[in-house]
Amino acid sequence: MSFPWAQHYEPRHPFMQWMDEKLPLPRFVYNAVGAGYPVPRNLNYWWNFGVLAGFCLVIQIVTGVILAMHYAANAGVAFDSTEHIMRDVNWGWMMRYAHANGASAFFVVVYTHIFRGFLFGSYKAPREMIWLLGVVIFLLMMATAFMGYVLPWGQMSFWGAKVITGLFSAIPLIGTPLQQWLLGGFAPDNAALNRFFSLHFLLPFVIAAVVILHIWALHIPGSTNPTGVEVKTESDTVPFHPYYTAKDGFGLGVFLILYTAVVFFAPNALGHPDNYIPANPLSTPAHIVPEWYFWPFYAILRAFTWDFFFIPAKLMGVLAMFSAILVWFFLPWLDTSPVRSSRYRPLLRKFVWFGLLPDVIILGYCGGSPAAEPFVMISQIAAAYYFLHFLVILPIVSSIEKPEPLPFSITEDVLGKDDHAVLAPAQPAAA
Amino acid sequence: MVRLFGPLIGLFFAVALLWSFGNGAYVAITEPAAATAESVFHKHPKEVHFASDGVFGRFDKEQLQRGFAVYKEVCSTCHSLKQVSFRDLTAIGYSEAEVKAIAKQWGNKAQTFDPKTGDRADRENLASDHFPPVYYAGQGSPPDLSLMTKARHEGPAYVYSLLTGYEAQPAAMLKQFPDAKTPDGLHYNPYFANLNLAMPPPLTTDGQVTYSDGTKASVDQMAKDVSAFLVWTAEPKLDKRKQTGWPVVGFLIAATILAYLAKKNVWADQAH
Repeated sequence: MSFPWAQHYEPRHPFMQWMDEKLPLPRFVYNAVGAGYPVPRNLNYWWNFGVLAGFCLVIQIVTGVILAMHYAANAGVAFDSTEHIMRDVNWGWMMRYAHANGASAFFVVVYTHIFRGFLFGSYKAPREMIWLLGVVIFLLMMATAFMGYVLPWGQMSFWGAKVITGLFSAIPLIGTPLQQWLLGGFAPDNAALNRFFSLHFLLPFVIAAVVILHIWALHIPGSTNPTGVEVKTESDTVPFHPYYTAKDGFGLGVFLILYTAVVFFAPNALGHPDNYIPANPLSTPAHIVPEWYFWPFYAILRAFTWDFFFIPAKLMGVLAMFSAILVWFFLPWLDTSPVRSSRYRPLLRKFVWFGLLPDVIILGYCGGSPAAEPFVMISQIAAAYYFLHFLVILPIVSSIEKPEPLPFSITEDVLGKDDHAVLAPAQPAAA
Repeated sequence: MVRLFGPLIGLFFAVALLWSFGNGAYVAITEPAAATAESVFHKHPKEVHFASDGVFGRFDKEQLQRGFAVYKEVCSTCHSLKQVSFRDLTAIGYSEAEVKAIAKQWGNKAQTFDPKTGDRADRENLASDHFPPVYYAGQGSPPDLSLMTKARHEGPAYVYSLLTGYEAQPAAMLKQFPDAKTPDGLHYNPYFANLNLAMPPPLTTDGQVTYSDGTKASVDQMAKDVSAFLVWTAEPKLDKRKQTGWPVVGFLIAATILAYLAKKNVWADQAH
C-alpha cells in the first residue's frame, strides 16, 4: 500500500526489534504517518484540514467524556446539571465551552476539507471510496452534533429536537408512528433525551472507526495533490515524516490559536441565546434555528413552501434536504472529466468559486434568518442552483470543458523540469 | 445511470423550487405582508458599556455589589436566582461572615420537608444554599434571572434598556395600529419583544436603593448596576476565563512561531 521507494522500518533498539516481532504497532505508525509513507511534495495548506479534523474529533471525545462524568441525562435536571458544570465543576466551564465550540470548529474544518475535495477533484478515481467514507463521516457528524445540541435541554434543544424528528413525520403512512418511535413519546421528553445521550456518546466512536477506514482507503492510492497528476517517480514525493508532520504542526498551531480565542473570549458568539432558557414545551420560540453549521441544509428544507402536484411541500423539503447531502455520494460519477484538479479546469473553477461557494453561504445566511421574505425567495433560488450545480452543471461542464495543459509530473510542476521522469519509465503504484 | 437520472432529479428539485418561488412571489405581490406594531416600534437595545466588556474586561466588584443590592431590594420580590448560591457572593467581594449574614437574613426561606412526618417547614438559608425559589401570585410569570443576560440577544444591554425603557405608548402608534393599545395590567416598553410587558416599571425613583458606597442611586445607575450584576450571575467565571485565555493564546502563538520555523527548517532542502 505504498510506493516502491518508500522507506522501510528498521528498528535498531533491541526492545523495538522485540516489539516488532510481537506486535508491529510502531511499524504500522511508521508506514501510516511516518517516514514510510511517501506523500506528494507539493501539498499546500488545503491539505492540512484532514489532520485538523482528526484532531477535532479527539478534542470532542476528550472534552465530551469529561462532561459526561458530570452531566445528568434526565429531563428534570439536564439544564441545571449543565449549569452545575459551568459553575461548580472545576474547569467545567472550559470543558463545556471547548466542547460546544469544538463542534463548530470541527464543522469549519470539515467543510474546508470537503471544499478542498470539490476544488481538487479528490473524489475522482481511484479515490472514490475515500470520498464515500468521508460523506458517511459527515452524516454521522451531523447526527452526533444534532443530538449533542439537545442535551443541555434548553429551548432550542427541545424545539430543535421537535422540528428535526418532525421531519420523519413527513414520510407517507408510517411517518407519525416512526417519529413517535424515534422519540419514545409524542414529543421530545425524558425518553428522547436519554436515547440521544446514549447515541451521542456512541457515535463519535463509530466516527473514529470510519475515520480509520477513510485513512486506510487513502493509503492505497496515496494522497492526491494540487496538480491532480498522479505520483510518477520518487522525486514527486517526500516522506510524510518529517515533512508533513512539520507542516501539519504549524497548521495545527494556527488552528488552535483561532479555536482557543473563541473558547476563551467569545464562547457564546456562535450559540443561540434561547438555549440558556430551560426547555418549555408550552412556549415556542419566535424563530427556531439550528446551529450555524446546519443553516444551508435548513434553508433547503424550508425553501419548499408550496405542494408540488401531489407531493406535500414538507415532504419535498425533507427529500431535498437529505438529497442535498446524498448527492455527494454520486459526485465521482457525475463529474466525468479526466482532469482532477480545478487548477486546469477553467470552467469548473469558476462554477466552484463563484457558483457553489457563494451559493452555500447565501443558503446559510437564509437558513439562519427568520422564515420570512426576502429570505425564503432568495433561498429558493439558491437551493435550485445547489441542485443544478451538482446534477446538471457538473456533468455538462465535465463534457464540454477544454482543460488547460497539465504538467508532466509533480516534479515538473515544482521544479519546472523533470529529467528523471522523462528518462525513467513510469513506475505504477504497488497496492 | 447516474448521468441519466442525476440531471432529471436535479431538474425535478429545481422546478419544484421555482414553483414555490413563483407562488410565493405572486402572493408577495398581490398580498404584501402588512407591517405590525412590533415590526415598526420594537427597538434594539441601547448602546451601553460594562466593565466586563471586551477581551480585557473584568468585573467591577463594587458595581456588582451595588447591583446585588438592587436585586435584593427590588428584583428579588418577584424574580428567583436559582442557579446562584449564597456562597458564590464571596466572588464579588463579600467576606464569609457577610455571606452567612446575607443568607440568614434573606427574606425567602429555604424549604424543608420531613419525610417521617410529612411536615413542610422553613429554615434560614445557609451559605451553601442556592437562592430560594420565589412564589409570585400576580399576573405573568417572572422568569428566573440567573442566566438572563445570556438568554437574550445583547443580553446586558437588553436588561438595561428594558429597565430604563418604559414610556407612554406613542400617539403615532395608536394612530397607525388602533388595535395595538396596551391591554390593562400590562406596560408599554419598546425594548420588549411584543411591546407589552406584565412587569410594572421596577426602578422608578432616584434613591430607591441605598448604596453603601455612596454612589448616587439614580434610576440609570441602578439599572446599569443590576445589569452588570446579572452578567456576573450568568457567567461567574468570566474573569477566570479571560485570565486563562491570555496565557493559553500567548503560549500557542509562541509555539506556532516555533512550529513555523521548524517547518521552514525541515523543508529548506526540498522544493515544493
